[in-house]
Amino acid sequence: MMEFALFLGCTIPARLNQYESSSRAVLERLGVGLVDIREFNCCGYPLRNIDFKAFLLSSVRNLALAEKKNLNVMTLCKCCYGSLKKADYLMKENAPLKREVNATLGKEGLKYEGRTEVKHLLSVLHKEIGIEAIKGKMAATFKRLRIATHYGCHALRPSQVVEFDNPVAPSLFDQLVEATGAESMDWAMKLECCGAPLWGVNDRLSMDLTFKKLTDGKKSGADYVCVACPYCHLQFDKVQKMILSQRNVNHPLPSILYPQLLGLSLGLDRETLGLETNEIPITGIEELLAKETESKEQLESGEKTESNKE
Amino acid sequence: MFLKVSLYISLVIFLVGLIYKVSTWFRYKIGIGAEEISTSTRFFSALKGILSTLFSVKIFTFMKVLILDVLLQFRILREDFLRWVMHIFIYGGFMLLLLMHALDQYITVAIWKDYYSTVNPFMFLRNLFGVLVIVGVLIAIYRRFILKVPRLFSNAMDIYAILIVAVIMLSGFFLEASKMVAYSDYKRMVDEYSGLSDPEELKSLEAYWVKEFGTVSPNLKAPFDEKILAKGKELHESSCAGCHVRPQWAFTSYGVAKIIRPIGVSIDKAHLPVLLWYIHLLACFLGLAYLPFSKMFHIFASSVSLLANGVIGKEKLAPANRATLQAMELDACTHCGTCSLRCSVIMAFEEISNRNIFPSEKIASIKWLASGKTLSPQTFRLIQEGVYLCSNCYRCTVVCPAGINLQDLWFNIRETLLQKGYPEFLLLSPLSFYRGLMKEETVLKDYEKPLIQAREAILAQCDLMKRKDKVLPLAPTNRTLQSGLNLSAQAKTFSVCFGCQTCTTVCPVVGNYENPQEALGLLPHQIMHAAGLGLRDLAFGSNMLWDCLTCYQCQEQCPQGVHVTDVLYELKNLAVKQVKEKTL
Repeated sequence: MMEFALFLGCTIPARLNQYESSSRAVLERLGVGLVDIREFNCCGYPLRNIDFKAFLLSSVRNLALAEKKNLNVMTLCKCCYGSLKKADYLMKENAPLKREVNATLGKEGLKYEGRTEVKHLLSVLHKEIGIEAIKGKMAATFKRLRIATHYGCHALRPSQVVEFDNPVAPSLFDQLVEATGAESMDWAMKLECCGAPLWGVNDRLSMDLTFKKLTDGKKSGADYVCVACPYCHLQFDKVQKMILSQRNVNHPLPSILYPQLLGLSLGLDRETLGLETNEIPITGIEELLAKETESKEQLESGEKTESNKE
Repeated sequence: MFLKVSLYISLVIFLVGLIYKVSTWFRYKIGIGAEEISTSTRFFSALKGILSTLFSVKIFTFMKVLILDVLLQFRILREDFLRWVMHIFIYGGFMLLLLMHALDQYITVAIWKDYYSTVNPFMFLRNLFGVLVIVGVLIAIYRRFILKVPRLFSNAMDIYAILIVAVIMLSGFFLEASKMVAYSDYKRMVDEYSGLSDPEELKSLEAYWVKEFGTVSPNLKAPFDEKILAKGKELHESSCAGCHVRPQWAFTSYGVAKIIRPIGVSIDKAHLPVLLWYIHLLACFLGLAYLPFSKMFHIFASSVSLLANGVIGKEKLAPANRATLQAMELDACTHCGTCSLRCSVIMAFEEISNRNIFPSEKIASIKWLASGKTLSPQTFRLIQEGVYLCSNCYRCTVVCPAGINLQDLWFNIRETLLQKGYPEFLLLSPLSFYRGLMKEETVLKDYEKPLIQAREAILAQCDLMKRKDKVLPLAPTNRTLQSGLNLSAQAKTFSVCFGCQTCTTVCPVVGNYENPQEALGLLPHQIMHAAGLGLRDLAFGSNMLWDCLTCYQCQEQCPQGVHVTDVLYELKNLAVKQVKEKTL
């Protein structure tokens, strides 16, 4: 069985339990084993602005802990992913830095050789399990659901370091979304930042960027924006709610976490997926879910009516 | 008389101390809005809260927490089995000794009518409980000084707590052992209880006790005649055994007695039992009097904290109760270090050597703050930095064996500190994400102020930014900035920048403004250029630096392979380092 050390980071256990519970349920259904390493600490991402070494030490310590157990790491957070990847990259590229970091880690008997592979939930689903295998487990698919996929900066860039997908024309996430029967929309600002890194630092700017992006997503005709990162999600969920009330806008583009979307089509129960726990309601999505057989029929008839129109 | 007076004095100190300490729960001003709430409001608000809890369905939660967390300490068990054994041994053994032994005249007698300290099961149990405590103390010493549990710091309070318990226990055992060997104690018992007067009989009994129970007699020495021993045994059974079981039942003390037997006569002559009696009691009195001011106060405060936080759960507290709860929680902390062991950002301490990064050490500093002591600006800023350097992962709160809502404490303290006006540069990092999320849930007055102050403090160090004419003097390139950008090799790449401005063109932050230069100062390509020229002031003083999303668009698109975002990261590090060096 495929097995990973699950790296939850700081935000998910504290503020986004539904992301954890839905991811665990989805991965269990797909036969991925998860190991919890209690000693994991912050990935170091929030410290990079202030102290590079503090970031690096935090990050590499996690890699060392996983290496000690001969496990690869799976993150649910794009920022954790980017940080761990960056740290791993530096450990491989920069020998003096590696020595220095290992000297500090050595104080608690740890050492990083560079054997831990860092993966994100989405890359595990896409590359390790595969779209076809996921499709084979579907209990139901969505019909007439339009999704705007949000890739997340720290997974995509810098591509040389993160190796997630094509940084200019990625398709990994779109394929995963389409596996559930949803349509992945084309939108101009798909690869732009969610605005979260500046939330709390420069709120006005952060809101501007988020609002612009979500407005563009809405314009593309999407019903939901789909994410796989706690920062992006909180920005599109809780912060979007603040933006809407502050700027007097009534049409949100609700954010759904990918394992919630996938979980629904795998037939997992809504409690585990935490459908009720998002700030901007997403429960309407359940109505778009059709049993595998009927959805095919309806899809076909839908196509017919559309072609008739043309 | 002397002991009685000492007891009453220590009892008075204990009670006054208890009242004083509990009063601080209502007096200490902690967190947002606490300044405006009076002590009496807080007191009555707490009273109302407690009463309404006790007369509601929450009483069941209360009982559950009382049994599982307060008495059985499941929260410690969940964390670490050895620690649970340690604590349950010390606390269980000590409580039982307190109730059954120290207060035997009030409690034990009331329950068991025929109670004598010299009969079983009391004689045996006393030793058993004592051994539990000693084993617990040994585990405590082992954990702190031999195993060296990571991030477990030992301060004077911790050492005192171990010491006082150890002294009480050891003096107790030595007292009992010395009484076993001391002839005068044997003599006193014979005089008081046996009713024997015939010298032959007395001699036989004495011989029997010397032989069997290790009494050290100045008159008699083994070997004894079988007949005398048989007579002694008979006398023992008729006169003594009824209210005095074999001393062997007090197994620990008996073991100690065996060791000190060779000097038994001198022990008696030196009145060691009396001396030990005084030491034992005075140590207890000292412990009692000092309890409210020591770590041992957690016996009360941690229980209150567990119960209070247990019934509060995720409910939002009224400001008055929140302030009281948090003042109380400062006393509930036992400095056990669990929070520091599990803390997410603790690796930062390796680079930023500020003890206040450790949650367990923050509490101590916050106690100082809450008590109203005047702190130097340096100390103050170290506390502020420590309290802000937190990823708000809630792990400390989840694991705290005393049930303290540490997360909320940090948040509340953080905001009050930030309002005092000392710049905090950590604000300019994603650590602030949480603060942004919380701004609507808590009334944050002057939310923007600390953010502006941090930027202004950095700008104040950038002399070039202050030039009104915006003309730079012609000066040779300053190479020190370039050589300072050495955290990772990536930063050096700015030297190949040929000024195509792609980075600026693709930057979503630049794109957000009609007039970006006005809002941001230097734009990304200009910062690369400034870095090349060594114009650190222009780079550090530009809003662009702190408004960078780190989305890596610039770096990804740069045709020259300049690691633009990484350079910006390093410049931020340098700017913070510089301003900290100059102002701290």
